[in-house]
Amino acid sequence: MSERRLFEHELEEKLDALLFASASHRAIGRAATQLEALPREAQNMALLWVGAAAQTSPELGHVIAMFAAETLARLDLPAFEAWAIAGLDIYDKEGLRAAVTSMRDLDSFIAMREGRLFARFAEVEQRLVRFVQGLSGRPLAMKAGAYPWTDTETIYLPERMAHFTAAEDNRQLYKGLAVQLWAQTRYGTFAVDLDSELARWPERETALTWLAHLEAVRLEACIARELPGLAGMLAQLRGAWPEEMNEALADLQAPGADVRVTLAWLGRFMEKHAVPPAPTFCGRLEPGIAGRVRAERITRDTDILKKGLAALKGVGGKKAAAPNDFAAELNAETGAMEFSLDGEAVQLTHEAQAAAQSLLQDLGEVPPEALTAAGDGMWTPVDPNHLPEKVPELASDRKADFRYDEWDYHRNAYRRGWCHVYEVDVKPGSGDFVRDTKQRYAPFIQQLKRRFEAVRGEDRIIGRQPEGEEIDLDALVEAVNDRRSGAEPSARLFSRRVRNDRSLAAMFMVDMSGSTKGWINDAERESLVMLCEALEKLGDRYAIYGFSGWTRTRCDIYRIKRFAEPYSETVRGRIDAIEAKDYTRMGVAIRHLSKLLAEQPARHKLLVTLSDGRPDDFGDEYRGTYGIEDTRRALQEARQQGIRSYCITIDRHGADYLKHMVGPASYTVLDDVKKLPLKVADIYRKLTA
Amino acid sequence: MTTSAIRTITPELETLGSEPYYQPVSDEVVLFEAAATKRLPVLLKGPTGCGKTRFVEYMAWKLGRPLVTVACHDDLTTADLVGRYLIVGDETVWLDGPLTAAVRGGAICYLDEIVEARKDTTVVIHPLADTRRALAVDKRGELIPAPPSFMLVISYNPGYQSVLKEIKPSTRQRFVAMEFDYPGAEVEAQIVTTEGGIDAATAKKLVKLGELTRNLKGAGLDEGASTRLLVHAAQLIGAGVPAAAASTAAIARALTDDPDMTQTLDDLVRAVF
Repeated sequence: MSERRLFEHELEEKLDALLFASASHRAIGRAATQLEALPREAQNMALLWVGAAAQTSPELGHVIAMFAAETLARLDLPAFEAWAIAGLDIYDKEGLRAAVTSMRDLDSFIAMREGRLFARFAEVEQRLVRFVQGLSGRPLAMKAGAYPWTDTETIYLPERMAHFTAAEDNRQLYKGLAVQLWAQTRYGTFAVDLDSELARWPERETALTWLAHLEAVRLEACIARELPGLAGMLAQLRGAWPEEMNEALADLQAPGADVRVTLAWLGRFMEKHAVPPAPTFCGRLEPGIAGRVRAERITRDTDILKKGLAALKGVGGKKAAAPNDFAAELNAETGAMEFSLDGEAVQLTHEAQAAAQSLLQDLGEVPPEALTAAGDGMWTPVDPNHLPEKVPELASDRKADFRYDEWDYHRNAYRRGWCHVYEVDVKPGSGDFVRDTKQRYAPFIQQLKRRFEAVRGEDRIIGRQPEGEEIDLDALVEAVNDRRSGAEPSARLFSRRVRNDRSLAAMFMVDMSGSTKGWINDAERESLVMLCEALEKLGDRYAIYGFSGWTRTRCDIYRIKRFAEPYSETVRGRIDAIEAKDYTRMGVAIRHLSKLLAEQPARHKLLVTLSDGRPDDFGDEYRGTYGIEDTRRALQEARQQGIRSYCITIDRHGADYLKHMVGPASYTVLDDVKKLPLKVADIYRKLTA
Repeated sequence: MTTSAIRTITPELETLGSEPYYQPVSDEVVLFEAAATKRLPVLLKGPTGCGKTRFVEYMAWKLGRPLVTVACHDDLTTADLVGRYLIVGDETVWLDGPLTAAVRGGAICYLDEIVEARKDTTVVIHPLADTRRALAVDKRGELIPAPPSFMLVISYNPGYQSVLKEIKPSTRQRFVAMEFDYPGAEVEAQIVTTEGGIDAATAKKLVKLGELTRNLKGAGLDEGASTRLLVHAAQLIGAGVPAAAASTAAIARALTDDPDMTQTLDDLVRAVF
């Protein structure tokens, strides 16, 4: 005999009694409301465990009360019991926070209970980012989201995947979903206005589900034509297509089928009110957002292409004023765009070429309106965000140590004495961080040192010396020859080994902007420790400075190690004390530090910047194109002083602007901040080998 | 005894017997021929394995001139290029270096990866690369004028990242510069088919794989797969190795040691095959 269900006020009363010490009465009311709908057995079970948990910890009891209704909706009673026990166990071992996190994560609990091993987004993210970058060339970001979908610039995938029992299969599923979503952007799913097409059907959700399934068929066929291996993997993941779709398969898989074919079939299915297959292996479509992002990108790319073409005006001895006739042709075989100006092939800038490719992916062609040059004059990249605004400037009672010009690309001229630089010492910390790092990375530091020794170890043999370890055969042969021909033979007949003098000075410029706060800052400091340890072996002259700032009137340069300073306890203490400060006004820092570097008496000078993103400063002025152009200019100035520069960045979108800012061969984008410490020293070694 | 009394050994130069396979990409053949006619030195730049060396071989064959190739390295000195004295038995002899031999024989002298050579080599290259067109052999006090058919060709890879290795403006401004890149997909597939002896469909897949790896340049890879690597993979396939295994060995493993990157490249290989 089953008892009647308890009403809300009864539940509330009982919960109040169990959780007498707990804080929020309102929350209890809410829990009671939710529990009211459940059968009595479930209500009893909830109350039982709320009570049991409350005896251990009132907070934990409270948490169970909060989650009970939702959990009971998805679990049967024994499973709920197991869930509560598991939560209590974690509370005993790791405390309340861990318990709450774990109990909230119901998906994982269900997956584990069913013996399934889930895969997490975090563990596959990097691999997928690289993979999709390899597939597309156009960078696509990856983020965790509630369900799999894409806005055509970012792919969203669920935090956790527990569809299959084996973790590896679930990882494959991540990959499969990522590929499908990439394919939506690559093979023109959003090439027509899907939103208005879908508006024809009142049952929008049904239509969306059908559309997602039908598109999945079409996209897989597109992939199969170019990447058969990948299509094979997708087919394996999904199993057979749902039967109700059979009649559409041939049409959708035909070469040349585009999204209109899919829409035609959508129409047929919707008209006969067919029920869509259960959502299996495909993402969700968000035509509204995707359409908007796509439209923005098209505008931006069109702009970039037009400016790129403008820069070409007047090439090949043609008058700039003449009406130039641009044409773009797609080489169907290679997929490459070929541009011509009045019938002659021309080469576009890298940015413009990339924009054209991007347009091609979005539109299937380069629209004629994009093929008109924009205005006259020089090529400047477009910045959609640029809005000149008045920036509040900080006044300082201290007079600036230095003042530097800054490049304003709007005016195509310098702003004189624009940036105020203050050079300050970092106040040394305890040095604990350095000691920890040395300990943690001890084997790697050993390995680095050996590799650096190998670089240094390349001694040079100089010949024609009056004394030395070995006879210089060339000199001897010449001397014999001279003597025979009656000339005075040279007495400099020996060769000697000398330590190879690298005559190199390196400046490391470390980003101390606010965005580095946390693990990036840690990674930077670890990198510096490893670098210093390795460089001490090499004997190169080096200096380390940090930079940050807040508007042009306060650009701070932090001294961490001067060229003349040894790698001492003080320096180690300063590395320890490097912390995230404000903004990244890069141009002025490069100007100041390259000035210091240029004063060094070395033959080769190298400026290495470590940063986590594009140049940026408070206010909108320095952000975007202005900052990139100023930084580019500053690096060019450095180059004129004989300084080579190299940028190491962990900004995943670095490749978008770095090629323009620093030149194609002068940067590395690390996809994972954890790799920074291991990579920096290695990059330096390669740079100077 | 004077210098002239010393015996001189000059290596014999031969012209190439058969036509090397080369697939022109754009107007490079015409440009090179014009430079050869006008006796201008040529600088080839481009990433590794994109066909620079093969192009020079082809042009040497086409122009009917002998070709002397020198792979430059860290320790390459002027003497290595120009020549040196040797003692043979009781006699001192002079052995012409490759550059001298090329000048005497009116050959094309190709200095591959010139940035690798030591800086002092520019001393002998400069007079050969401007209107003087002569090679000074200091040790013999000899100035050898270059015959009309002598041609100097140098190459370098601008993607090279060492600060210590750069080609100086004073050197580069003496040369007609031609830029090479990996050929377009269609041409590259044709090259892979011909060189690797495999069917067009497999070649196309290899080229696709090459393209995918080039997408990763700067995002973890220093360089994408070169045409040469694609040809290597094709040759392995031609020898009976399964396509995926051949691509893994010849392309994926050849490009990187980084474990994460290796994984990504393996993923890409699986995507294509």
